[in-house]
Amino acid sequence: MKPAPFDYLRAASAEEALATLAEHGDEARILAGGQSLMPMLNMRLLQPRIIVDVSAIAELRKIDARDGHLAVGASVTQSGLMASPGLATRSPLLASALPWVGHFQTRNRGTVCGSVAHADPSAEIPLCLVALEGEVVLRSTRRRRTVAAETFFIGPLTTVRNPDEMIESVRFRLPKPGAGYAFREVAMRHGDFAITACVAVVDASGIRLAVGGVADRPVAKNWPLLKDDALDDALNAFAWELGGDDDQHATARYRRDLVRRVGRLVIEEARSCQA
Amino acid sequence: MPSLNAQAKHPVSITLNGRTRMGHASPRMLLSDFLRHELGAHGTKVGCEHGVCGACTIRLDEVAARACLTLAVQADGHRVDTVEGLAPEGRMTALQDAFNRHHALQCGFCTAGILMSLSDYLERVPKPTETELRDMLSGHLCRCTGYAGIVRAVMDVTGQTSGNADAEDASGRKEPVHV
Repeated sequence: MKPAPFDYLRAASAEEALATLAEHGDEARILAGGQSLMPMLNMRLLQPRIIVDVSAIAELRKIDARDGHLAVGASVTQSGLMASPGLATRSPLLASALPWVGHFQTRNRGTVCGSVAHADPSAEIPLCLVALEGEVVLRSTRRRRTVAAETFFIGPLTTVRNPDEMIESVRFRLPKPGAGYAFREVAMRHGDFAITACVAVVDASGIRLAVGGVADRPVAKNWPLLKDDALDDALNAFAWELGGDDDQHATARYRRDLVRRVGRLVIEEARSCQA
Repeated sequence: MPSLNAQAKHPVSITLNGRTRMGHASPRMLLSDFLRHELGAHGTKVGCEHGVCGACTIRLDEVAARACLTLAVQADGHRVDTVEGLAPEGRMTALQDAFNRHHALQCGFCTAGILMSLSDYLERVPKPTETELRDMLSGHLCRCTGYAGIVRAVMDVTGQTSGNADAEDASGRKEPVHV
């Protein structure tokens, strides 16, 4: 398996990368860590004319906590974010979910923004971004715009990003006082794509449950502080609403059952660790 | 900076196991193929070519990475370490020696990648628990050993079990957990 031929540009600045995107549109692809894009190229599912490598751009390698968000730049790797100081307090959810992203060897190069750009429906980082009501900052030569995570993902490997835009950063909301967070996933082996992954955020005002691996994108639902049968009923309705399909890994019915059971488990865990 | 043309081959210079090596690559050439075909460094193996099997794992600027998910032109000017560089004096490292004693390989196809992962991982986590180790090993496929020998070798070399593989077997080792 070898990629089809392409030109290669190692961009020295975001401006240079954006100018190339503006010139080539959807014939260009951004390469950051390559852990999602390179398999797509090797399998020739994508055959861009030019690859724009942004991994060497220092200005995109920033992690900032400000304005109520943890902003992660386009060339920050998953292991770089995992090793960043104070992640457990700045984002307890990411601290517990990142070890489930791929493997040690792929997290070393795979980027946080790259996973969001790739938009696999079962990927952990897009799920966390939706669960935390995060934002995607898109930049082109024309403008910079911010899109809510819940409207950014529109289907499998499909987002609202225009061909001339690149993800400059993604912004995860910082922990809310008094909120508890929990993450769990079920996969064939640790590091495989999730059959189903669930995130719960529980605070005094209610429950937010986000589910990946079932619908064609990560989906979140808000409820008041439901308990007992009312919570089971809500989980059951949500499991049907997500409309998963059978595939080689699991049936839709099994996925619905995971939403009911793992959903319940993460909600209880998030409740028990409310700060 | 001008882009590199798809149809041409471009000079790529890397520091391979401490030595500067130069070759030529078209932009689409994978680092795994560059190492093997252009530089003749055949220690790095090529398996799935989509990042799953781990056979091609090398260290790029000291961190473990998949050579099949890296372009040769991306590695230009960077440091690459492969299995050939582990034992420069011709004597196996303690980790390689433990692999030998604990039968941590059979066909050996996965071994180069696993050794390169471990050489990075054990610098960060000098005494991993078995659970942590098996989590890390989930990034490698070994179809011969069932991973038991690999786990024993690492536990031995990190000073967490006795060095005698046979004695350990006789005492009844734990049921292997699937990674």
